[in-house]
Amino acid sequence: MSMASTGEGLGRRDLIKRSAALGLITVPTMGFLSACASGGGESTSGPSKAATSAQNPFGVSKGSKMDVVVFKGGFGDDYAKAWEAAFDKKWGTTSSHLGTQEITGKLQTRFNGGNPPDVVDNSGAQRIKLDVLFKSNQLADLTPVLDAPSLDDPSKKVRDLLIAGTVEQGTQGGKFISLNYVYTVWGFWYSGKLFKEKGWTAPKTWDEFLAVCTKAKEAGIGGLAHQGKFPYYINVVIMDLIAKKGGLDAVKAIDNLEPNAFEGSAVALAAVEAVYEVVEKDLLLPGTNGLTHTESQTAWNQYKAAFIPSGSWLENEQLKQTPEDFDMQFLPVPLLADSKLPLEAIRAGAGEPFIVPEKAANKAGGLEFIRSMLSREWSTIFAQQANSLTVVKDGVDPSVKLRPGTQSAVGALKAAGDNTFNYLYPDWYSEMDTAIQDASNELMAKRIQPKEWIKRAQAAVNKAAQDPNAKNNRRS
Amino acid sequence: MSQVAQGRGRGGFIAGFLLAPLALYLTFVIWPYVQTFGYSFTNWTGQSPTFDFVGVDNYTALMKDEVFRGALWNNLLLLVFVPVVTILLALFFAFMVNAGGRGGAGGVQGVRGSGFYKIVYFFPQVLSLAILAVLFGAVYRTDEGGLLNGVLIRLGLVDRQHPVEWLNEPRLVLWCLLLVVVWHGVGFYLVLFSAAMQSVPKDIYEAALLDGAGRAQTFFKVTLPLLWDSVQTSAVYLGIAAMDMFVLVSTMTSGQFGGGPDHHSEVMATVLMRNFLYFGKSGYACAMGVVMLVLTMILSVITLRATRRERIEF
Repeated sequence: MSMASTGEGLGRRDLIKRSAALGLITVPTMGFLSACASGGGESTSGPSKAATSAQNPFGVSKGSKMDVVVFKGGFGDDYAKAWEAAFDKKWGTTSSHLGTQEITGKLQTRFNGGNPPDVVDNSGAQRIKLDVLFKSNQLADLTPVLDAPSLDDPSKKVRDLLIAGTVEQGTQGGKFISLNYVYTVWGFWYSGKLFKEKGWTAPKTWDEFLAVCTKAKEAGIGGLAHQGKFPYYINVVIMDLIAKKGGLDAVKAIDNLEPNAFEGSAVALAAVEAVYEVVEKDLLLPGTNGLTHTESQTAWNQYKAAFIPSGSWLENEQLKQTPEDFDMQFLPVPLLADSKLPLEAIRAGAGEPFIVPEKAANKAGGLEFIRSMLSREWSTIFAQQANSLTVVKDGVDPSVKLRPGTQSAVGALKAAGDNTFNYLYPDWYSEMDTAIQDASNELMAKRIQPKEWIKRAQAAVNKAAQDPNAKNNRRS
Repeated sequence: MSQVAQGRGRGGFIAGFLLAPLALYLTFVIWPYVQTFGYSFTNWTGQSPTFDFVGVDNYTALMKDEVFRGALWNNLLLLVFVPVVTILLALFFAFMVNAGGRGGAGGVQGVRGSGFYKIVYFFPQVLSLAILAVLFGAVYRTDEGGLLNGVLIRLGLVDRQHPVEWLNEPRLVLWCLLLVVVWHGVGFYLVLFSAAMQSVPKDIYEAALLDGAGRAQTFFKVTLPLLWDSVQTSAVYLGIAAMDMFVLVSTMTSGQFGGGPDHHSEVMATVLMRNFLYFGKSGYACAMGVVMLVLTMILSVITLRATRRERIEF
């Protein structure tokens, strides 16, 4: 599951729009561009490489040059600058840094010309499609990094220190080609300060959740805020309720486009009805159905609502709008009666794919860079600078003081243990995803009832089942 | 020099000027159209250079696509309302600013302060659509922080707990967008019509005045017929704008490339972009592009034909 498509914030979503406008212009030239994609000369200068050793498994040559390009989105690019400084210090290299949102624009010609950078954070709306790069042999196999000794504990391989699922997610055609570095958890968020003031406790069941929302309404603030203009977020709540009540089977039924994924599924109906109860009991933040993500999140930061759903990029996205003493806290989606998964279970997945181009001038440096990213030192730098978790197990030094939201996400992830789940259909079937989002928007605006939602969601599933990809996209 | 040689020299001269632009035009304007037409018969995904020929499948699918048909309907609604409302308002204001005043020796002048009005009316035209989208996003905000909701709530017309969800309200969203377009366009067409009105000789107005024509009569019997060319051109321009609407809809309404809530503000361009870039159905999107092109061309021809009148010389 790539987080990139869900967006880490304003930057990305704006980009989608801008790229749309750009797309209008580039429609006719697409064929032209794709025609060039297969061309491109071979790089004549041999990659700089030194002798390998246990400390230097890829043979980085001292004093060589490093060319790093990162997507400058919701996480900014300060973390990368800090990394490059650390890398230069250790290897005596000179790093050049480019933080940009136009990955395709800046890099397509370089890939075609055979002089790509050494490391790329290939993310955002204008990322280059990974499968296209892979098929044209532009990506280095990162498997040697997985098998190299870890920087923190040379007796262990790097792969042993990764959170489960990281390798599968970055593998195409049997090769590990992208490192999805940022680990994201999804759920509700609330202000620790507000809850303390009002004497509320974090709800464990959906009834308790509604009770807190009711109390909030009585106190003159909204219960649940959601990013109405982007129904993606409220869909997280509906889908997580389904996953927790029905267990992984319910998740697979949806991803595998079963004919009874929604229709006839008591679990799905219960989940949708639970969310609809918030609407029916009038517990929403007034106007939240039409607000953008920044508008509703900021209203929530101003204590105008008790809860908001989002991924763990929320804290970094709202840095400027969050009061100093807000005490942002993560809350796993509360349980419906007879849930198969425990309260601690959360939706989790990795995003932000880092790649090393096959034709990189300093490929050894690129591989070493990836290995360094998977060290505790660099993982901690990321957590501090970008306020998000990485795929390195226990990758954040305990002595480091994280912001409260990130800290609570770390705690939630620990508590969840193996009880994590993730949906794949948004990546596989964007049309189905969009149709379900539309239905959720109607549900929240009280224009359709839960049964109608189920009907529409199932229709979307049935339509996706006719997709030619549906044969290959199966999970077990 | 003989006539022939001179002619050939001139021909070469003209060709030299025309060939390069013509080549550029063919390469960058016409050829992409041809390509789009070609792609519309394939199942191209937009992400890979390989695709299959699928004949007219895309076009048959398009006929059954309810979302696209809804978008087409919305485009047609806009096509009627955008030009009509904009031109009527612009004509009215232009007339008032230029010839609506009374008194004075000649009797033909704008209302008091017309110079000031002209500048004010032109303001919206200076803003880009992107700024406009942000501006009206704040006007239509769905909580009490929005300008409209804020005012209505303070006036007690709207319940604080249930503000109007302007752009998230299926019955309102299209009209909300229409208002933005009109607000944006009136100023420009006002200036255009003003210029046309000023080129009308004053004697005609004076004659009308002497004959005892009122404001309305002067407008309908004198101004409008003399302005018909400008009105016609404006209608075509506004019609093309109404067929597009992409920027406003995609930035202001909900959904991937806009069109929400639940496709109620969908226009053809938003459906096209969603299919092209998001759903990976680029061949299908190209078919939509071809349909849009054909429709726009037909409409331009119809507008020009339908509004053709006897030209009045002065």
